[in-house]
Amino acid sequence: MPQGSDDRVRTWITRESLDDFAQFEDIVREVGSVEDGALLFFQGRVRRTNRGRAVSRLAYEAYGEMAERELSAICHEALETFDVGSVAAAHRVGDLGLGEVSVAIAVTSAHRDDGYRASRWIIETIKVRLPVWKHEHYEDGESHWVGAPSPEAGASAGGPRFG
Amino acid sequence: MMDRISVRTLFFGVYGELAARREGSAELPADSTVADLVEALRGAGGLDWLPESVVVAVNQSYAEAGTTLSDGDEVALIPPVAGG
Repeated sequence: MPQGSDDRVRTWITRESLDDFAQFEDIVREVGSVEDGALLFFQGRVRRTNRGRAVSRLAYEAYGEMAERELSAICHEALETFDVGSVAAAHRVGDLGLGEVSVAIAVTSAHRDDGYRASRWIIETIKVRLPVWKHEHYEDGESHWVGAPSPEAGASAGGPRFG
Repeated sequence: MMDRISVRTLFFGVYGELAARREGSAELPADSTVADLVEALRGAGGLDWLPESVVVAVNQSYAEAGTTLSDGDEVALIPPVAGG
């Protein structure tokens, strides 16, 4: 069940599948309002090709409690920053196969522009702030932590800096 | 006021792999900062690869290098995040 919620925000980190739209429809019905004329729904899915390499599966690791708190904080900030009615967001952890949904975001708003902007801001902020890591496994049997220094790159990927 | 504090350290993602452990602990003088801890870890065996500017969370919130640590704090070493 979704956790870290208040009236208009639902967020959760889960090992369970996020592939089914229906769970978000239910939440939107619960936290959304008839004042909202737009619903934006975003899914991030496991892609076969990343940086030219054939991916076979992904393993996501999260700093559990902090990830719950950060995801909730991000969505509450979106609610304060944009003119949106409600936000629901969830992120998977554990092993994911190709095509599986790793992240899902639903935003309702009175008008479409606010929804598009909020949805985009939430996914971009997740990518720089949410304490989640991705271990990519490739078809050739190798694996790599995304964002970590790689022998090919020869240098550290410039991640976000806090403090 | 105690002379020394003990903090719990957590290593995530590639840091867990490089450190060959997911968690540990560190003893520091009282009033040590995040930067002091990172310096101590970098000087400890097997952790010299840790970036000086590593991102750190204290008790599950992102913290600055100058943040003062307290006895019993949970300090996570955060490699570049890759959610989404």
